[in-house]
Amino acid sequence: MKYMNSPYKVNDFSIHVGTVNGSGSQSSNNILMRSIFRMGVPVSGKNLFPSNIQGLPTWFTIRVNRDGWSARRVKTEILVCMNDATYVDDVKALEPESIVIHHDHMNVSALRKDVISISVPFSKIIAEACPDPRLRKLAVNMVYVGVLADLLKITDEAIELAMEQQFKSKHKVLELNRAAIKAGRDFVKANYADLKFPYKIEALNKTDGKILIEGNAACALGAVFSGCTFVSWYPITPSTSLIDYFSDYAEKYRIDPQNGLKTFAVVQAEDEMAAIGMVMGASWMGARSMTATSGPGLSLMAEFTGFGYFAEVPAVIFDVQRVGPSTGLPTRTAQSDLLFAAFLSHGDTKNIIILPGTVDECFSMTADAFDLAERFQTPVFVLSDLDLGMNFWMSDPFPYIDRPLDRGKILTDADTEGLAKFERYGDPDGDGIPFRTLPGIKDRRGVFFTRGSGHNTKAAYTEKGPDYVQAMDRLKKKFETARNHVPKPLKSGSGTNEIGIIAFGSSHDAVRESIHFLKADAGLDVDYLRIRAFPFHEDILNFIKSHNRIFVVDQNRDAQMLSLLKLEPALASEISKMESILHYDGFPIDAPKISEAILKSLKERKAA
Amino acid sequence: MATPEARANPMLTPNKIGITKKEYQGSASTLCTGCGHDSVTLHIISAFYDLDIDPQNVAKFSGIGCSSKTPAYFLSGSHGFNAVHGRMPSVATGAAMANRKMVNIAVSGDGDTASIGMGQFIHIIRRNIPLLYIIENNGVYGLTKGQFSATSDKGSALKKGSTNLLEGIDLCLLALELGCGYVARSFSGDAKQMLPLIKGGLSHRGTAVMDVISPCITFNNHEGSTKSYKFVKDHDQAIQEIGFVPSYTPIDVDYEDGTSKVVEFPNGAKITLKKIERDYDATDRNAAFKVLHEAKSKGELLTGLFYVDPNTRPFQEVAQIVETPLVQLTVEQIRPSKAALAEVMESLK
Repeated sequence: MKYMNSPYKVNDFSIHVGTVNGSGSQSSNNILMRSIFRMGVPVSGKNLFPSNIQGLPTWFTIRVNRDGWSARRVKTEILVCMNDATYVDDVKALEPESIVIHHDHMNVSALRKDVISISVPFSKIIAEACPDPRLRKLAVNMVYVGVLADLLKITDEAIELAMEQQFKSKHKVLELNRAAIKAGRDFVKANYADLKFPYKIEALNKTDGKILIEGNAACALGAVFSGCTFVSWYPITPSTSLIDYFSDYAEKYRIDPQNGLKTFAVVQAEDEMAAIGMVMGASWMGARSMTATSGPGLSLMAEFTGFGYFAEVPAVIFDVQRVGPSTGLPTRTAQSDLLFAAFLSHGDTKNIIILPGTVDECFSMTADAFDLAERFQTPVFVLSDLDLGMNFWMSDPFPYIDRPLDRGKILTDADTEGLAKFERYGDPDGDGIPFRTLPGIKDRRGVFFTRGSGHNTKAAYTEKGPDYVQAMDRLKKKFETARNHVPKPLKSGSGTNEIGIIAFGSSHDAVRESIHFLKADAGLDVDYLRIRAFPFHEDILNFIKSHNRIFVVDQNRDAQMLSLLKLEPALASEISKMESILHYDGFPIDAPKISEAILKSLKERKAA
Repeated sequence: MATPEARANPMLTPNKIGITKKEYQGSASTLCTGCGHDSVTLHIISAFYDLDIDPQNVAKFSGIGCSSKTPAYFLSGSHGFNAVHGRMPSVATGAAMANRKMVNIAVSGDGDTASIGMGQFIHIIRRNIPLLYIIENNGVYGLTKGQFSATSDKGSALKKGSTNLLEGIDLCLLALELGCGYVARSFSGDAKQMLPLIKGGLSHRGTAVMDVISPCITFNNHEGSTKSYKFVKDHDQAIQEIGFVPSYTPIDVDYEDGTSKVVEFPNGAKITLKKIERDYDATDRNAAFKVLHEAKSKGELLTGLFYVDPNTRPFQEVAQIVETPLVQLTVEQIRPSKAALAEVMESLK
């Protein structure tokens, strides 16, 4: 296949940088990525990092692609070796004719004769460019930015813009880094002037007006701009930055100008049980409340999720998924919490799940999640993952959401008529959604006791069978109502093809790319549907019914999305035509993996 | 002026805000007849009535267990939240952060607080969330028919015969250690001591911890138990009450040193509480440690207000949260402008 042989040497390649965690390489990698972006060339950045603060290996991969493909790409054309501990393995993994930029003490030529070695005396260069020895360790990473900038023809202007964005107006820092970059450029000019470097950045206009952002930042912005007022959380990778971003943006944009006080509260809890407990309490008081966590934290939230479901308390719970079970691989990505989140809690429980697949959706669907949580008075999960949440994705700027906030069915003292008929757990509208009141109400007809134990329609304690059945059946009805209120799936393709692909979440970009090349390289047309929420919208059921073969892309071992689909009674007769494409090694899924799986399956079917 | 009917029935006499004591009641208790917890409930009702607090402005919290059922038995005009086991403090924390205007009261038990909920108990004190946290402490798990709790005293025996081999946790000492600004202990039957302590706790601007020894008449009220009526009667010693004055209502403390008091319980049981004379300064935290440690080493059950710091700052104030309940903020206050989003987007280009 064409894309596997990388026909383009201009604006289509990947740079893989191996450094040491905590060495300051994050800034240099950001500047490298953003300078390419500033030249109008689409990029995406993926951070592969260890569960460690300082000292262990870390890698950053920048995919440059003029067509905007931004999913993970396995192949690397340019490798930068800054880490003595990993360079041998990194070099060995390269394809022939790859470029290796490395410390001069690393004997790359001895390892591989078939790669192009660019040996750089980094230590010597930085010693000359940076007079303060204490800063050399940080600034040395900027030298490879200079080397690459010169080799790839990245302009000084683009580098300068990226640096200003990174360091704002810290003049000393800017000066130091400028000097390091210049030293890198000068080294290339002096020593590799004759080298015919096969890769090049050429200015394009494909990033005009675009932004580059991590999903966690997008979710945080979504929460700040949709009126979230209460956050409680316990730090856990990879969800921590979501709350950090929330705090940063809220501190800037959510201060009451009248008195300088915060129109929000962020409480760092003692554990995830307390985090979700605080969310329950704040939400019961009427605050728009959220928490963010990942796998192990989600396990701890099971008890209160069941409470929220049964006592009908709104909550938005972000689960930025990582590899489980148990501690698992804390800094690797997966989509393996889907089934757990869907039914989280003991007893019969079904939870609404929102599945953003792009950073744009991380923003807009966070607003949806808050509206749905309050409309349906139940915990709503937003399932992101490490790849979407912590890596950089290109996007159009997010459109402002100015629709009214949906605070759901709340009765106040002004609603005397409603209060006269108030039953906390009734179903006056026939949609399974009751009315609630908030603490502070004067009218005693509106006062009730919130409990996780059995309750009748008036919220009074009961252990009576018929009362319990009535409560559970209404909750089921409410969940059915949600089916057509959650974000609809998105479809592409003519809709008339034999084959349909179903995917969700961060698989989206890899699937898009795969579909493009299945058509371009193998002449195969497929339809695509991306699930964006659970319960499943009827469009999903219709899509499956109207295709002969369905491939479901799941980044987990147990085909969790396929399993969830199989539980739909309406799909009982469709199960045999659905098959899985599974990926679960902790790395994000890539397009060739999907294409190859589909082509292999089709070939096998044909042979049979 | 009270009506003749009200004069005849104190339950129908309105307080300063025109609410009768009857209106501070809740639904009928389903606890065992004579349970010490029901006495605590009555004192809570009296305290709110006396302090002229409108039930509308009260939030009630509890966890799981016999004690945690009691918020249903007082202040039916207040919203209540019966949380999951041991997690009440987190719920109360969230609620208090979301609404600074409510008066918060929590009732928990020794199992709910000192075992499954120990972490949350510690952290609500550390955050100084404004809340009166009452632990109805009977040293036993009643709902599961009598197991030791973490506050059971070493050497104490269960009804079925086994002896507790482990040290009990003193929740007052722990609260003091954590910097709690209001630490008290009482006995459920001691109306005269309980009422001012509850009022003081409700008036405190932070977490007020009140450990109430409340014997379980069914599973922990027999010879050998250290939390039975008989044991407490013989061992309870009250330290002298100081004239703690809450922010808006003076508390009359009529506490005569060296006298005895007979308290009658709903089930007719009578106990005698002995109050010792002691010159005690409840604003001295070190003194509180001292008297509690001394009492513990002597096997005495010391009751009274051990420590109070009226100048503590609640977490909402420290965290600089708006005074307005968060739900009452306007959409303009909680949704930044279009220009703000444009500014953020520009910074990401």
